[in-house]
Amino acid sequence: MSLTDLRDELAARLGRDGIVTDPAHLRTYECDALTGYRVVPGLVALPRDAGEVAVAVAACARYRVPFVARGAGTGLSGGALPVADGVVISLQRLRRVVEVDPVDRRATVEPGVTNLDISRAAAKYGLYYSPDPSSQQVCTIGGNVAENSGGAHCLKYGFTANHILAVDVVLPDGTATRLGGDAPHQAGFDLLGAFVGTEGTLGIVTGVVVRLLHTPATVRTLVANFDSTKDAGDAVTAVIAAGIVPAAIEMMDNLAIQAVNAAVDAGFDPDTAAALIVELDGPADEVEARFADLTRLCAKATGVTIARDAEHRAKIWQGRKAAFAAVGRLSPNYFVQDGVVPRTRLGEALTRIAEMGDEAGIRVANVFHAGDGNLHPLVLYSEERGEHERAEALSTAIAELCVELGGSLSGEHGIGTDKACSMPLMFSEDDLATMRRLRAAFDPEGLCNPGKVFPTPRLCGERPGPYRPHPLESAGVIERL
Amino acid sequence: MAFDVDRALLDECVHCGFCLPTCPTYVVTGDEAESPRGRIYLMDLATRGEAPVAGPVAAHLDSCLGCLACVPACPSGVKYGALIESARPQLDREVPRDRLFRAAVFALFPYPGRLRAAALLGVLYQRLGLRWLTRRSGLLDRLPARVRALEGLLPPVRMKDLLSRTKATETAGPARTVALLTGCAQRVFFKPVNDATARVLAAEGCRVAVPKGQGCCGALSLHTGRDEEARAFARRTVDAFEGYGTVVVNVAGCGSVLKEYGELLRDDPRYAERAAAFAARVRDVSEVLAGLEPVARRHPLPLRVAYHDACHLANAQGITREPRDVLRTIPGVELVEVPEEKLCCGSAGVYNLLQPDTAERLGRRKAENLASARPDVIVTGNAGCLLQIRRYAGDGPLVMHPVELLDLSIRQTGP
Repeated sequence: MSLTDLRDELAARLGRDGIVTDPAHLRTYECDALTGYRVVPGLVALPRDAGEVAVAVAACARYRVPFVARGAGTGLSGGALPVADGVVISLQRLRRVVEVDPVDRRATVEPGVTNLDISRAAAKYGLYYSPDPSSQQVCTIGGNVAENSGGAHCLKYGFTANHILAVDVVLPDGTATRLGGDAPHQAGFDLLGAFVGTEGTLGIVTGVVVRLLHTPATVRTLVANFDSTKDAGDAVTAVIAAGIVPAAIEMMDNLAIQAVNAAVDAGFDPDTAAALIVELDGPADEVEARFADLTRLCAKATGVTIARDAEHRAKIWQGRKAAFAAVGRLSPNYFVQDGVVPRTRLGEALTRIAEMGDEAGIRVANVFHAGDGNLHPLVLYSEERGEHERAEALSTAIAELCVELGGSLSGEHGIGTDKACSMPLMFSEDDLATMRRLRAAFDPEGLCNPGKVFPTPRLCGERPGPYRPHPLESAGVIERL
Repeated sequence: MAFDVDRALLDECVHCGFCLPTCPTYVVTGDEAESPRGRIYLMDLATRGEAPVAGPVAAHLDSCLGCLACVPACPSGVKYGALIESARPQLDREVPRDRLFRAAVFALFPYPGRLRAAALLGVLYQRLGLRWLTRRSGLLDRLPARVRALEGLLPPVRMKDLLSRTKATETAGPARTVALLTGCAQRVFFKPVNDATARVLAAEGCRVAVPKGQGCCGALSLHTGRDEEARAFARRTVDAFEGYGTVVVNVAGCGSVLKEYGELLRDDPRYAERAAAFAARVRDVSEVLAGLEPVARRHPLPLRVAYHDACHLANAQGITREPRDVLRTIPGVELVEVPEEKLCCGSAGVYNLLQPDTAERLGRRKAENLASARPDVIVTGNAGCLLQIRRYAGDGPLVMHPVELLDLSIRQTGP
């Protein structure tokens, strides 16, 4: 069997400490942060450097064994879900900050470096790495590149794609190459642009050159409470319409605030229906002038708290960024949804989501990047009370509502395994065929993170959990590979 | 093989991964099974009967330092300490491993008398140049890793300290009485720390009692899954301190367990109530000092000082501010920032004896991080950390307990 041969070869090349073969040990890799999908891999490789990644990929290619790259396993769309009898290639031993170049304002790092560690390494030069996913102290830059991750401050500064200058990749046949380069503008096709956000289906990143920004001279943050999510949504629209570009505008509804307050003492009002966190940054004069406009535009707010100092601001953000996991304190199980609606339809979307939740008899907490309409409804349910299927249906319906309102299936968590089946709602057959052709140009054998992003009958007719035959399988139309 | 961890505790983990970068073993291995999230996953599998406990599951749980750095990092409030403490006794019962070495360690360390005798041999070993000989002859390299780890940890002990005891102190005027836990290994290897603690507390206006009949507090046993043994030590400690007020501890690992006595003896009808009342009286020496208005005059010590947070002080007891505040009462002391300051030094009770490889990697990493801050003195409030850091920091900065530094300032002598 090819997996056995592959195992022997990788054991020889990476050493006993470089691979995982024990069944219990392998199971710790069976899912990422989206635990609804679990597949035990045949083997896990733990390469120590880019050369060993290339060795592992080349071996997989030679034995035609599918492989999946994995960073910190914090993904929320099942992007790092293993393939049965396939290989998981973990990048968690590639964690060196190779260079911080303060003059050209860029850093060269390995893929397993966490998002926040880049900023930590750059801090002594007054620089930082801007995109800030809420899991930034854990999630790795390699995963950020794969998902084109966003974060609270991407409203003003842009997503991961806007901050990557070059990536070193191992292509699915095992060859190593660099996409992008030091010059800010590269001639020819923008292959780096094509690569970022393809969810690990075009190759494995082994090095990243990121752009660094100067730490803003002044930062001011306020928390404004509102009587309804609609009032809060209107305030967001008013702020943007007034020409203010905040560094971030985040909204949390009451349920989300309850969860956050249980986890972090950030002083959010437990009784308010909704709270906005608004942050301005830039030169002092500009920030002060804009901050005055901002407080005026939040006229309907029932209370405004201004961050006293850096420590208070850090607490506010710590609370906001802990929200997803903190919901674990309110509900034994929950789905984290991720969709985008046009900002002007935020109020409408929230009303519809509340109605859908009431109809299903399931609570939905909302915490999201209001400035760019990126919703994160948290669908709370109990596995024990048998609510799984109802909650999952509600969660999917919410994502599809976003598309219906002219938005997107995903804002930043990716399509992965979770939303592959909803892709046809947003893209035509031609769109999907075009994407597949791009993918095939990089990975003609389909070995690199297969089964993600694109809908397949195998994936979309089945539910996670115990084996159930697909209807087409029962009818003898398709067969299991 | 029966293995069962409370389902409700397991289910609190939502698998978000926020614990990963805080976990020392994950930081050095990059392996999911060496992270809190991975260990909870393994406990879950073993509880469901889907994975055998013996083998890799036991190995990955054994490699946990119990530093609890993952606890404050967890947004979902997972009680990792309760999880691992419930797993350890089961491992100890169900999975036979290093029986002889563990038995030897636990027949020695919790008993000051035996340890003192062993330490005397140790002093002879060092004095007679035997250490030099074993190192030079290459004999050391041929010893098993665990025995080598033990050899390397032997601190410099003075014969005088081995043969005397820390005395109770009296103070003039109305005084608050506190009772000092002198510990087991602490008493043998760190008598100067106990003496300094007593002097400083007296100088700050406390009457310091040293209750008779006290011994090991049970921390080493509890943190290695020997819960019955730990309970026996706990009962004796509760008895010894009956009738005293505040119990002062200068070892973080002991303090965190003393504060858990209520929980530990919960099911003992004779002791449950007294243990809970005892636990409520326990304070780390830094807590006591930070709560007192400085009385004794401090003489300046113009030093760069690196404070290392002992895991059982910072993570288990939430004490990070008090020791720093106390150090800042010394004029001239400059507290320097250390990279990765929250990462465990690898000592973790007897962990450095049972898992010498990981302990060594963490010890070296800690020493490098500390060295990068160029301190004159490294201070930390835990015996294990003192041994471990002293071993890897080499001949550079002095390594001492915070109260020792304060003692020097009050007595007007330089380090």
